[in-house]
Amino acid sequence: MNHTQSTNEYDVAVIGGGLLGSSIAWGLGRLGQRTCVLDEGDVTKRASRANFALVWVQSKGLGLPEYTGWTVRASETWSKLSDEIKAQTGIDVCHQRPGGFHLALSEKELEDRRLSLRRLHNQPGATDYKIEILDHDEVKKQLPHIGPDVVGGTYCPLDGHVNSLRYLRAIHSALKTSGVDYRPEHRVSTIEHRNGEFKISTEQGEIRAGKVVLAAGNANMTLAHMVGLKAPMSPTRGQILVTERTVPFLGFPLTTIRQTDEGTVMIGDSREEFIDDTVQNLPINAVMADRARRMFPLLNQLNIVRTWSGIRVMPKDGFPIYDQSETCPGAFVTCCHSGVTLAPNHAFDIAPMIAKGNLDLERVGAFSARRFDQIQVQSSGYY
Amino acid sequence: MFKRATNHQEPAVQITVDGLPVTARRGDTVSAAILTAGCVEPYRYTAVNGTPRAPYCMMGVCFDCLVTIDGIGNRQGCLIPVSDGMVITRQNGKREIES
Amino acid sequence: MSFPESLHAAYDVIVIGAGPAGLAAAATTAEAGLRTLLVDENSAPGGQIYRAITTSPLKNSSILGKDYEAGNDLVHTFEKSGADRLAGCTVWSLDRERVVGLSCGGEARLIKAERVIIATGAMERPFPIPGWTLPGVMTIGAGQTLLKSSGLIPSGRLALAGQGPLLWLYAAQILRAGGHIAAIFDTTPLANYISAAPHLPGFVFSPYWIKGLGLIREVKRVVKIVTGVTRLEAQGKNKLQTLVWEAGSRTGSIDLDVLMLHQGVVPHVNLAMAAGIKHEWDDIQLCFRPVLDESGNSSIKGIMIAGDGAGIGGAESAAERGRLAAIDTVANLRPDALAQIPSRDNVRNRLAQTMRGRAFLDHLYRPSKVFRIPQDASTIVCRCEEITAGEIRASIAIGATGPNQLKAYRRTGMGPCQGRLCGLTVTELMADERGKSPEEIGYYRLRSPVKPISLAELASIPQDETAIKAVVRG
Ligand SMILES: Cc1cc2nc3c(=O)[nH]c(=O)nc-3n(C[C@H](O)[C@H](O)[C@H](O)COP(=O)(O)OP(=O)(O)OC[C@H]3O[C@@H](n4cnc5c(N)ncnc54)[C@H](O)[C@@H]3O)c2cc1C
Ligand code: FES
Repeated sequence: MNHTQSTNEYDVAVIGGGLLGSSIAWGLGRLGQRTCVLDEGDVTKRASRANFALVWVQSKGLGLPEYTGWTVRASETWSKLSDEIKAQTGIDVCHQRPGGFHLALSEKELEDRRLSLRRLHNQPGATDYKIEILDHDEVKKQLPHIGPDVVGGTYCPLDGHVNSLRYLRAIHSALKTSGVDYRPEHRVSTIEHRNGEFKISTEQGEIRAGKVVLAAGNANMTLAHMVGLKAPMSPTRGQILVTERTVPFLGFPLTTIRQTDEGTVMIGDSREEFIDDTVQNLPINAVMADRARRMFPLLNQLNIVRTWSGIRVMPKDGFPIYDQSETCPGAFVTCCHSGVTLAPNHAFDIAPMIAKGNLDLERVGAFSARRFDQIQVQSSGYY
Repeated sequence: MFKRATNHQEPAVQITVDGLPVTARRGDTVSAAILTAGCVEPYRYTAVNGTPRAPYCMMGVCFDCLVTIDGIGNRQGCLIPVSDGMVITRQNGKREIES
Repeated sequence: MSFPESLHAAYDVIVIGAGPAGLAAAATTAEAGLRTLLVDENSAPGGQIYRAITTSPLKNSSILGKDYEAGNDLVHTFEKSGADRLAGCTVWSLDRERVVGLSCGGEARLIKAERVIIATGAMERPFPIPGWTLPGVMTIGAGQTLLKSSGLIPSGRLALAGQGPLLWLYAAQILRAGGHIAAIFDTTPLANYISAAPHLPGFVFSPYWIKGLGLIREVKRVVKIVTGVTRLEAQGKNKLQTLVWEAGSRTGSIDLDVLMLHQGVVPHVNLAMAAGIKHEWDDIQLCFRPVLDESGNSSIKGIMIAGDGAGIGGAESAAERGRLAAIDTVANLRPDALAQIPSRDNVRNRLAQTMRGRAFLDHLYRPSKVFRIPQDASTIVCRCEEITAGEIRASIAIGATGPNQLKAYRRTGMGPCQGRLCGLTVTELMADERGKSPEEIGYYRLRSPVKPISLAELASIPQDETAIKAVVRG
């Protein structure tokens, strides 16, 4: 491709075109910022293509109470995001918030769940939201197809899900209509801060921008230090199974099973240290399948049509990182595990802060990477 | 859509398709039996947009031959030989599961 | 069908696919004393070409021809060899450690082999014309399968469209079986006659020359042929009613009950790609094929590919390539038994003979771009998810650079056929639209299960402590 000098100059360059970078870029476009998104090509690690698509609140924030509030806010603004995207692109991303379940297959699992929820709620400063602990019969009222192995579960009315692949298409379509340049095959190798602007080298030449937002997932780890930031990450692998389409039978998403609006049933999702996303692990798939059928015996008959593994974007302690550079003003780093859940916050909260040139520390100061300078707290950014 | 070319010597196999009795021949696949029976058209409707379809490849690659066989949905009719008493139902959209 | 008691927990060699390549390979390794298992999802051996060779109701060769009979020898030799055979059994996974995932009668198993020979053959190239999803439109291969295994011929008005040796062979078989063909629409681009001409001498000395010309003459005597066809559109409401065609400036339409399409075959790459085997684009045959050494060793140690899955060569060469793979296997696992099986040089020579004339056919029957890359926006490319060429082009416009981002945007390749019927079209369409080569665009990243298996089957695979730890959380 041949770009003229002028089209290579932007107010903001966002590095990474997954859910995080795209949502922020869309938010910036709405505010009239001349924005580009620099992304890799077709074959790459892209969590935004591999996720389970929950918009999830329950059990998030143990170790960092601010994360609970941040997540609750996202759950509450998701419908605004999906409405705006639909109005702009005509694409319905099927956001639904019927509440969500987590099921336990033994008394011990239920007890562990109960304990971690109690610890979560006892944290000072945690946003309080409703979460119910249910026994088998109570669960069965809402989920009539559960099997006898389900001893109980938890239910949170704030939980929901979305068609995250369709959201990826919708947000990329929206970028186009908003005049934001989405540039795939522009892998970034170096970023320099010179004379108050950023010179970004890509596989297709140099891009210049007044501000730069790192949203390259786990690759932020290597990019951050180029602009005086840091992003300590510890990626994990997750595998997902998906069935053929079937008539709707499951009205609620679960932490590890959900039926999509298309009718397929997704079964998730392992957490593994092994991070090669080109291979499967059949024993792990077997455990996932086995637990799923114990939860819903009717799943036994369904065919698995695909499986995949994805690498989670995972900051070291599991919580989001939003930070700005002191040595290179105008440089920001953003990364988080739950990029589906937090998409509205990225579009409606983080983007305006970046447009202004400063993160609002009162609201997101807790997510600064400076927390890694302190002693590690025991934490779980995951559900 | 199809008829037998020769004076068929293979023994008959009795099956039902959507409740209708159909006489197939040993060696027929489920799809071959349905395409010859002629009484049931279209072969199926898709799970995505509900459009009519029929077997396209007859060699297991296209999945346009999906039918319910003896209660189990989404089976590739072109790969499965008929057997006496087989109960075949056509699929109208997404497959159903029972508890 | 279910797993027999006699099945071993591990094998020296597992051969996947019981066509000519697989039958020959398995027979050869078993003759050398290697514990061999041959697996095929069909109930009868023979593969596509010798489909139903042992069970076909068409008992004499007058309809299907003498070449079909050659399958009998292969099956016979295989049966004497002592190899185990699993029929009606689907391979749904294969990994780098050569663990093969099998599914049979609703039960799944994992069996390990020292060597795996993939002989899953070819499938017909997608033929994405407007209306190709209508009932009544099917492939010529499908028609031939129905003929071989059940002795069936189309009732009502039939036309064939496309190009390649199979078209003429099937046309002749239908006529011999008492069928009728309303017309044949030949899509061979006229320019191909020129590009194929330099390869003619090789072809003239091949066995195809006489046989091929004979068949074409036999058909042309009784069937109306339209040559130089440049556009086809199948129309109909709930099933095929009319075929509208263009051949340069000539146009026409014809009412039909059955339309059969064919424009050659391509390697069936799903299992090999899901195993992680390296593939490359073949610009003459216009398909991806695995990168192999002369014996058929792939980029993964211990996994070999033989037959049309290794690159299209036809039935006779498939059997020889199966033997070559087997000889290499014996040389590695049991060299002292080499004396009991044919020598590598002999097989190599025979292979060279069978490949004579191939270049001519490859050039003559190289399908035209208009039938590989749909021009009409409304033509369906992904049959499973019902995604059109126009929707794919729109996805390119918002940033899809290759099949995998497209898949995320539009679910192409995510249905039950797992990209088999859209993969090549998607690659070529994207390459064309973006001005890149198909090699640069690449293919879907494939994973097991390469064929759907039930959740119950997957759940029955042995679990271990680490696996449980990776899933259960509080
Ligand atoms: C198995 C699994 C299940 C999940 N389930 C959920 C869930 O249920 N709910 C939820 O909210 N979240 C879930 N997630 C997390 C969610 O998918 C991610 O948080 C989100 O997609 C992260 O988006 P991202 O944009 O940060 O990262 P990515 O999608 O990985 O995007 C990063 C982008 O940066 C590009 N890039 C990298 N390096 C460079 C470079 N040098 N130059 C230019 N571009 C570069 C990459 O190509 C990529 O496009 C799950 C994740 C996984 C793996
Ligand atoms: S007809 Fe194509 S898979 Fe059965």
